[in-house]
Amino acid sequence: MRIKNVLQYLEHTAARLPDKIAFSDGSGGASMSFAALLDTARRVGSTLCRAGMTGKRVAVLMDRHPAAIAAMLGATYAGAVYVPLDATMPKERICYILESCRAGMIVCDECNRALAESFDRLTMTYEALTSQPTDDISLRRVRARQIDTDPMYIIFTSGSTGEPKGVVGCHRAVIDYGEALTSALSLDEQSVFGCQSPLYFDAPLKEILTTLMMGATTYLIPRGLFSFPLPLIDYLIKNGINTICWVSSVLTNVSALGALDVRAPHTLKTVVFGSEALPICHYHAWRKALPEATFYQLYGPTEATGMSCVWRADRELSENERIPIGAPLDNTGLMLIDEQGNEIFPLIDQASEIGEMYLRGSCLTLGYDHKVDQTEAAFVQNPLQDAYPEQVYRTGDLAYYNAHGELVFVGRRDGQIKRMGHRIELGEIEQCAQRSPSVTQAACVVNRATQEIILFYSGSAQEHEVMAALNCYLPRYYLPARAVKRSALPVTPNGKIDRKTLSKE
Amino acid sequence: MEQKIIEILEKMHPTVDIKHETALVDEGILDSLDIVTLVTELNAAFDVCIPAVEILPSNFNSVEALATMVKRLDDV
Repeated sequence: MRIKNVLQYLEHTAARLPDKIAFSDGSGGASMSFAALLDTARRVGSTLCRAGMTGKRVAVLMDRHPAAIAAMLGATYAGAVYVPLDATMPKERICYILESCRAGMIVCDECNRALAESFDRLTMTYEALTSQPTDDISLRRVRARQIDTDPMYIIFTSGSTGEPKGVVGCHRAVIDYGEALTSALSLDEQSVFGCQSPLYFDAPLKEILTTLMMGATTYLIPRGLFSFPLPLIDYLIKNGINTICWVSSVLTNVSALGALDVRAPHTLKTVVFGSEALPICHYHAWRKALPEATFYQLYGPTEATGMSCVWRADRELSENERIPIGAPLDNTGLMLIDEQGNEIFPLIDQASEIGEMYLRGSCLTLGYDHKVDQTEAAFVQNPLQDAYPEQVYRTGDLAYYNAHGELVFVGRRDGQIKRMGHRIELGEIEQCAQRSPSVTQAACVVNRATQEIILFYSGSAQEHEVMAALNCYLPRYYLPARAVKRSALPVTPNGKIDRKTLSKE
Repeated sequence: MEQKIIEILEKMHPTVDIKHETALVDEGILDSLDIVTLVTELNAAFDVCIPAVEILPSNFNSVEALATMVKRLDDV
């Protein structure tokens, strides 16, 4: 059977496992079975069709709850493009997104109704959308016209660098991603996910998509639990969660506060981390606590739908080694390109030089919404061939092949600076600082006025100790002007360190 | 001790009536970053080491609850 629409996964799974819980927040009352999810999404879709939303953009402003997933899938049923929002976003950001994507409607739940109505746009509540009967004829008509390169969602980048951009994802890319990811992580019907991410990023696609595909179950872990590591671990155990795909800093918080020494989340069989570097000492702490679990690191930009590379922890890492990002997912092409535009290849028994990663394949999104110039700057002709048009995505991320032939992420191209003729990777300094267990977080920024490198960090280490340690590892020209201790570093809504805020200090 | 705790919290949330707030966690005023910050700062300010078993919502909801926890750890 040919899959060209993500909803086909839901339909197959709902026919096979109608009563199995698809999504839950762990509180019992808020669970949704596959059959209920299918029925709800079709009702939402029918009402949106009647409201003329086919081919338009529908913003979803709902709490992080199974119903929000039903609303997004409902928009897909209507042939609309969903744009997830969140009440915790600043109001100006919501305004900007609604304007920028030309949203035709806001779908909200009752508790976000006042906020949604304050934007002076057509608004419908989830309750109103689901109270109408299903209109089978309209839904079938929409489906008959849909092809796999049609847009499915627009997700706005966190805006940690510059103005937020709406990345337009399509069915084909999501299907390609889902097929590759489930096989790379060996996910199946027995997978029980504990989802950490907010719903307005590409990150939760990992859990949502594979749940629909495999008939797995996803628990949307309440946000507040991430402040309290032991109650969080108890939640994982109580719900039998066996798979987590979390931002690295969330794993670091749990281990840094000492929770793993008290109680290991022993139900976990698959631990996946990514989005930023996991300090090696915290990686070792998690592995020690869960010796039976399989660990993976993922890497990937939103522009290539989700994750593009995976490393499976199947060998021991040396003390000062960076955790690799491994190799591209199945059917994803990755080219490492040097400054002269030539491809870099792995070398036998030694590390390659550093290059920029370019991605190609069905995994690519359609580009930035209503931003032709930025799209053309990032989605470019394949630099290795000019025989026919072939769009590839220039990630702006630097990496090299280590002696094992695995890719290792170094940092952003714009995190690379030149000083006294030497090339400096800010990521390298951060990595070095985090070798010490008494440094929890580290982030380097460049003061644009003075060109000084400043290292911000958190942890129990003193500033002079951090500088002394860097002095041992790094060449002189690599040393930051100073290390500045903070009790914690600011983070973006997805939990990544907010370098933009730091660079303003 | 209470005064010092109030100072730390006011620095984090200048617009909240810290002294009288009894649901710092339940009302969502303190997020996960705040909790990590608070643990680090309390450890440094009172020369204690707040263990994972004490990092629970009930110990972080008010200045009084925080002070009770720190005193208990200090006595050990």
